[in-house]
Amino acid sequence: MRPNDTTRATPYSAADEATRLDLYWRANVRVLAALLSVWFLVSFGCGILFVDALNTVRLPGTGFKLGFWFAQQGSIYTFIVLIFVYVFVMNRLDRRYGFDEE
Amino acid sequence: MDVQAWTTLIVGVSFALYIGIALKSRARSTGDFYVAGKGIHPIVNGMATAADWMSAASFISMAGIISFRGLDASVYLMGWTGGYVLLALLLAPYLRKFGRFTVPDFVGDRYDSRAARLVAVVAALFVSFTYVAGQMRGVGVVFGRFLDVDVETGVLIGMVVVFVYAVLGGMKGITYTQVAQYCVLIFAYLVPAIFISLYVAGHAVPQIGLGSTVTGTSTFLLDRLDGLHTELGFPLYTERGAPRIEMFAATLALMAGTAGLPHVIIRFYTVPRVRDARLSAGWALAFIAILYTSAPAIAVFARTNLLTTVSNAPYESLPEWFKKWEGTGLIRFEDHNGDGRVQYVGRGFVDPASGEPVSNELHVDNDIMVLANPEIAGLPNWVIGLVAAGGLAAALSTAAGLLLVISTSISHDLLKRTFVPSISERAELWAARGAASVGVGLAGWLGIDPPGFVSEVVAFAFGLAAASFFPAISMGIFSRRMNRQGAIAGMLAGLAFTGGYIAWFKFLHPELDARENYLWQISPIGIGSVGMALNFAVAFGVSRFFPPPPAHIQALVSSVRVPRGAGEAHELAVP
Repeated sequence: MRPNDTTRATPYSAADEATRLDLYWRANVRVLAALLSVWFLVSFGCGILFVDALNTVRLPGTGFKLGFWFAQQGSIYTFIVLIFVYVFVMNRLDRRYGFDEE
Repeated sequence: MDVQAWTTLIVGVSFALYIGIALKSRARSTGDFYVAGKGIHPIVNGMATAADWMSAASFISMAGIISFRGLDASVYLMGWTGGYVLLALLLAPYLRKFGRFTVPDFVGDRYDSRAARLVAVVAALFVSFTYVAGQMRGVGVVFGRFLDVDVETGVLIGMVVVFVYAVLGGMKGITYTQVAQYCVLIFAYLVPAIFISLYVAGHAVPQIGLGSTVTGTSTFLLDRLDGLHTELGFPLYTERGAPRIEMFAATLALMAGTAGLPHVIIRFYTVPRVRDARLSAGWALAFIAILYTSAPAIAVFARTNLLTTVSNAPYESLPEWFKKWEGTGLIRFEDHNGDGRVQYVGRGFVDPASGEPVSNELHVDNDIMVLANPEIAGLPNWVIGLVAAGGLAAALSTAAGLLLVISTSISHDLLKRTFVPSISERAELWAARGAASVGVGLAGWLGIDPPGFVSEVVAFAFGLAAASFFPAISMGIFSRRMNRQGAIAGMLAGLAFTGGYIAWFKFLHPELDARENYLWQISPIGIGSVGMALNFAVAFGVSRFFPPPPAHIQALVSSVRVPRGAGEAHELAVP
């Protein structure tokens, strides 16, 4: 029973409220898990654990070895994108569950 | 105009600007003083956070560290930026919803425990004091090198400036000054970077120049540098030298430490809504990344420049900047073999022609890569003055943020919330100002007469924040079951282990400070990640033996998890 945008104005009962919170929180944790996987992959994965293997490949058209690029440039760019994606997804989630701020 | 005149002019104008802004935005209530009345726009807060965060070490030392350690130094780049992802996703929005003034507030209220609050206050004070001492030292050093005043006078001038805007303006004054300081420091960092990138790689964007070919050739800059390194017996610049586990642990400790540093966290209390806290973290990282992605480029340009200029060059014919910086002790040349030329080579280097071992004759300090960059590249005098102003902006903005944590910890966490709950708003505001003044004095004293551990501050501050605040706060939000017994036991275990390990190698037995003696090859920089794991493990273990937190605490956790109603939480907190 996921409330959609049209039910926003409807007052919820206490039990509904608890379920709504629970569903919202689970959706939130799923978003976090997805974004943090990418976070882990680009930094700890590409920048550290697999850096030697990736260093055998070049970023096309540049002097960057791929592992080196991830460790000193690519991971940072990805982090920025991750936070802005998070902002976007969470704002939508807040609205869908009626927890957004006026 | 000569360098001295330009530097005096630019630094003077920037200081006048900071003080002017502070006087215009004086704090009138504790809400203004602690969290700037919670009315800061997210982009403005992002910029202020970036200045708050980027310290003298980021501005002056980081490019140099990368320059000397190549790929291994990526731990700083990833650690100090990736922490913002943790902060944005796991801490900032929930803490904003919680809506009190400080980090110990959250720890104390969530775990409903005065003891937990006190542990958090002590950790916050310790982290902030060690860190602020390094900033004041940085101020003194910049003054000493560029303006020809001694370190003591330099620190004193810095203290007066910080005093005016942190003590009078509180968070409100600090926020707007930090915005100005961000602009000064990023401009000062980028101008030489762009000039040099154009000159070396023929591209105005340093991040692209780094991956380009050397002007007029078809050799990539990075290949050229790796070639020079091979020739001179240094480890390859773009390949890994440190063990994976050390890089992993160090990156994790710096990330969790970044997310847990109190002076960064409180910046997210200053925005109006939860969604602004999320957005603000994104802007903060974007502003920080401008400097952090330029630093690797500066590192490579400077390294290549240094190697080609000094390697095997006759000492007599070295350029003027070399002699000038030799006077400061940042570059030292000892002619071991007496041939009058500079042999700058890696450890165990053997001359391929004669088969004789050659010893290194040149010692170069990390800091020189940024400080002397404009001179090495032959840039105009005003750029040199700009770099001085940028270094000062970085140090002062961070010092101010830390002083605010110190004063808030004392007036709010210790007086108002623990020992003198009946204190009036007026008295609390004056207590905050008094604590900030004492903090400025202590920080200045530590800066003038550093107790020898300023360079170890990084390991300490980040390790302790990673092992205490990050787990305590995240468990408080993500686990309803976590109770005070678990949280306190976890924090104490994390702090004791991490603090003990760092103290063991840095103070008690510095002669043992080498990879073969470390636990699992993890250096003191990275040990905070083990401390953090220990904190989580102890906390979950201990919490099982005690009842879950009472209903009103569980309700608090539920309320923190949803964004709606952030304003009201604030009203409840400040009657």
